[in-house]
Amino acid sequence: MPDVTYALNRLHSAPVLELKGKLTFDQAPGLWTAVSASLAGVTRAERLDFDVSQLEEVDGGSMALLVASRADLHRRGASSEFIGANAQVQKVIHLYRGDVKVGALRKRRARGVLDQIGNATMAILQEGQQVFGFFGQALFAALKLVVNPRSANWGEVAPTMEKTGADAVPIVLLINFLVGLVMAFQGAVQLKQFGANIYVADLVGLSITRELGPLMTAIIVCGRSGAAFAAEIGSMKVSEEIDALRTMGIGPMRFLVLPRTLALVLVLPMLTLLGDAVGILGGLVVGVLTLDLTITGYLQESFKAIELWDIFSGVIKSVLFALVIALIACQQGLSTTGGAEGVGRRTTSSVVSILFGLILVDACFTVFFHWVGA
Amino acid sequence: MSRLIKVSGLTLGWDETVLLQDASFEVERGSVFVILGGSGCGKSTLLRYLIGLDQPMSGTIAIEGVSGEQLGFSRPEFGVMFQSGALLGSMTVGANLALQLTEWTQLPAEAVNVIVRAKLRLVGLQDAEDKLPSELSGGMKKRAAIARAMVLEPSLLFLDEPSAGLDPVSSFELDALIRSLNQALGLTVVMVSHELESIFSIADSCIMLDKASKSIIARGAPRTLRDSSADPRVSAFFNRRAVAPPVAPPLPLEVKP
Ligand SMILES: Nc1ncnc2c1ncn2[C@@H]1O[C@H](COP(=O)(O)OP(=O)(O)OP(=O)(O)O)[C@@H](O)[C@H]1O
Ligand SMILES: [Mg+2]
Repeated sequence: MPDVTYALNRLHSAPVLELKGKLTFDQAPGLWTAVSASLAGVTRAERLDFDVSQLEEVDGGSMALLVASRADLHRRGASSEFIGANAQVQKVIHLYRGDVKVGALRKRRARGVLDQIGNATMAILQEGQQVFGFFGQALFAALKLVVNPRSANWGEVAPTMEKTGADAVPIVLLINFLVGLVMAFQGAVQLKQFGANIYVADLVGLSITRELGPLMTAIIVCGRSGAAFAAEIGSMKVSEEIDALRTMGIGPMRFLVLPRTLALVLVLPMLTLLGDAVGILGGLVVGVLTLDLTITGYLQESFKAIELWDIFSGVIKSVLFALVIALIACQQGLSTTGGAEGVGRRTTSSVVSILFGLILVDACFTVFFHWVGA
Repeated sequence: MSRLIKVSGLTLGWDETVLLQDASFEVERGSVFVILGGSGCGKSTLLRYLIGLDQPMSGTIAIEGVSGEQLGFSRPEFGVMFQSGALLGSMTVGANLALQLTEWTQLPAEAVNVIVRAKLRLVGLQDAEDKLPSELSGGMKKRAAIARAMVLEPSLLFLDEPSAGLDPVSSFELDALIRSLNQALGLTVVMVSHELESIFSIADSCIMLDKASKSIIARGAPRTLRDSSADPRVSAFFNRRAVAPPVAPPLPLEVKP
């Protein structure tokens, strides 16, 4: 036996929806269905009242649904009121404004497809502009620091180096080792056919030092530290900490951005060198175990193939990668708006933009080195 | 008294929404100036403009002896307490207070510590020096933020709802503190507040913002406004009433057969 019954009474000149018993929020779904069904038939200039004279109790949520139905009827040009409410029910009606004139619904302008495409394009362009503007500001702030080194936040550099560098060593070692290993395996299958087993050392050595070592290491650091910078600075931004810093005369650029950038610029080349070494080690393991090469033979071939410039060019790249990671992450963090959700969004977009930036810089470098014949 | 802040023709808002149009007012040096208005009417936003964090849509803000462009690069000319406190979450309360001292003064470390403790004692937080902001209650954060705003002895303080969320006793003590800073050191205080008691006890003058008309609907000494303002919105605020209590239209009580 339900606590409440609804019945559409058509005995009167105008239909009346009679509600009886105790209405609780648990019954709201049933109520909504019943009321919607009764509403459907009502047209302009008709009337549908809610007879609540036998309603003993009602909860707020159900009343809100009833009030919305009444408002809906009013907007369609029909009329509708609550009738016969007892004192208690009347209070709830009043609380949910079921006894006032119904206002027009505020219309939201739907945006057209072209509108949206245009806005999105503008947003991307502005974003790019902001990133480059930020690079300029960072450069400017860095020059100022050179002039006045005392104003830097040097204290932040060492801890950041530990977090971004020392703590990243295990994962950098593991990934680069596996990359060297995989590459040697893949290359071995081909080179074996020509009896050119020994050239696995050249293949692995050159591609690791020139390309994959710096890139894989940068990607790992992007995932670890880029995301961390963006999230850290982003949540400082949304909790007004950045604003507070500025009012204290401490610009976020020199207090937050430059120490992080410096730390990364110092740390990423070191990580890259480590990565290079274990990458070659990965190749060596495959060479020795599956290609019948000796350790000394493999190493000798590696040393013959790899020139100092190969390693050095990778290190130069890694410095630029570090700049890309740190600056984009901090820029994204500083342009965060909109609470915790905004922080998440900016963290995601910082990782995506950094990856894009890394590949772009890498491509430019490769073309440039090829062009100058290095 | 001379003029310290002059705002003229200020329009303020977010994106396309205008919250306040063509507003002008002045703040006297050495006074306690209160910005009033309903929730969401743009008081904190106005404060951001005064501080120089956001640029006005139109109009000018001039603070004597302060040039807006320098924000973030030079020794601050004023102290600011944000509505949320905005303490740096990665540092202890003590470090939050010490930051500006190490940044902008040549004080040795022990002297910095002495000042930090003294300021914390002023707001009743002597035991919180080594705590992280996340370990403080809402009211404690606010008090720590006030102490941080005062640490460089600025002659101008901006406070956004300093006593909101405090118990009556702490709130009273805070009012007394603001009053005595104002009287003993001649500090100018610009604050947002809703606490009628504290407004009456410390404010020299106030302005009231209104969301619907996007304008300043009252200005002057709070007591005068309470006792003699003709504007129903103003007297409603000072006398804690609803502006116009919603009147229920008569309901049809019977169904006509
Ligand atoms: N970051 C923001 N982006 C867009 N709109 C905002 C932002 N911050 C505030 N607003 C809008 O500006 C209006 C005024 O906000 P503000 O914080 O200045 O109000 P307030 O008067 O300080 O209110 P309260 O007394 O509740 O603190 C609000 O309607 C709010 O929706
Ligand atoms: Mg506010």
